[in-house]
Amino acid sequence: MRVAVVQFPGSNCDTDAVKAVHAAGGQEAELVWHAADDLSGYDLIVLPGGFSYGDYLRAGAIARFSPVMDAVAREAERGKLVIGICNGFQILTEAGLLPGALRRNADLLFHSGWQELIVENNATAFTSQYERGERVRFPIAHGEGNYYVDEDTRRRMEASGQIAFRYAPGTNPNGSAANIAGVTNESGNVLGLMPHPERAASLLLGSTDGLRLFASALQWRKNSYAH
Amino acid sequence: MKGDFGLKVLAKIYVTLKTSVLDPQGTAVLHALHALGFGGVLDVRVGKYLEVVLEAEDDAAARRQVERMCNDLLTNPVIETFTYEFAEVRT
Repeated sequence: MRVAVVQFPGSNCDTDAVKAVHAAGGQEAELVWHAADDLSGYDLIVLPGGFSYGDYLRAGAIARFSPVMDAVAREAERGKLVIGICNGFQILTEAGLLPGALRRNADLLFHSGWQELIVENNATAFTSQYERGERVRFPIAHGEGNYYVDEDTRRRMEASGQIAFRYAPGTNPNGSAANIAGVTNESGNVLGLMPHPERAASLLLGSTDGLRLFASALQWRKNSYAH
Repeated sequence: MKGDFGLKVLAKIYVTLKTSVLDPQGTAVLHALHALGFGGVLDVRVGKYLEVVLEAEDDAAARRQVERMCNDLLTNPVIETFTYEFAEVRT
């Protein structure tokens, strides 16, 4: 099983993602530069956090046109697993691989710190090692994490289990609709979330709650392979 | 506005949030204006203004290009909308 962590100009959570994948399953993830146009050899693709293209125009707006994103879309279509973390989530929504959009935090402030989350759906490839309704802690660090989606789409997403994580009641840091912190696409093979599971991967640094997200994905690929 | 490629034009593009989308920046600016004494201000929405100089065969081609630019990159159609106008390019 091969794991790719894509690097865009301005990505800065790429190394943490590689370390978290290793800590979660012993897998050596490969860093892939955004100019690559073929990801067919990979089973799991991670778009890490950071400030690709300086967040110019809109966060993720320019990165979504990187050559690698055609490859990401192709592999997502083939059912490979894709995780977009923070800026990666923004890139996936800009690319139309996930519904909705990430906007400026409602209070206009950058929020950085520990965040309580609820695992809403543990039947996804990324959350199978959590309990449904489990409360976990991942760090957040974002200025544009305010998830917006129109009402009709949101209702459809709720009905089909596409809401993967929510901010714990009363702790929504950015005004996201329905406290949504992470979503999947309809097929369930693409996940985007604003909080950083790769920064909750070490007891020394405060939490290992994020390891099971990567472990779930690594395990899922082992169990069901579709090409 | 004629140049070597038919038309050389300055597109003035105004990007705004859709009216159905909340605008916390606008609200913050509104409060700040009130604090400065502009009590008559009723609403503020904050958007983006872009200037794009482009060459095209003709007016219709220029419009098509600008609209594609806006839909593909310059706006996020999920939450934003746009209008534009053409002006002369000052050399």
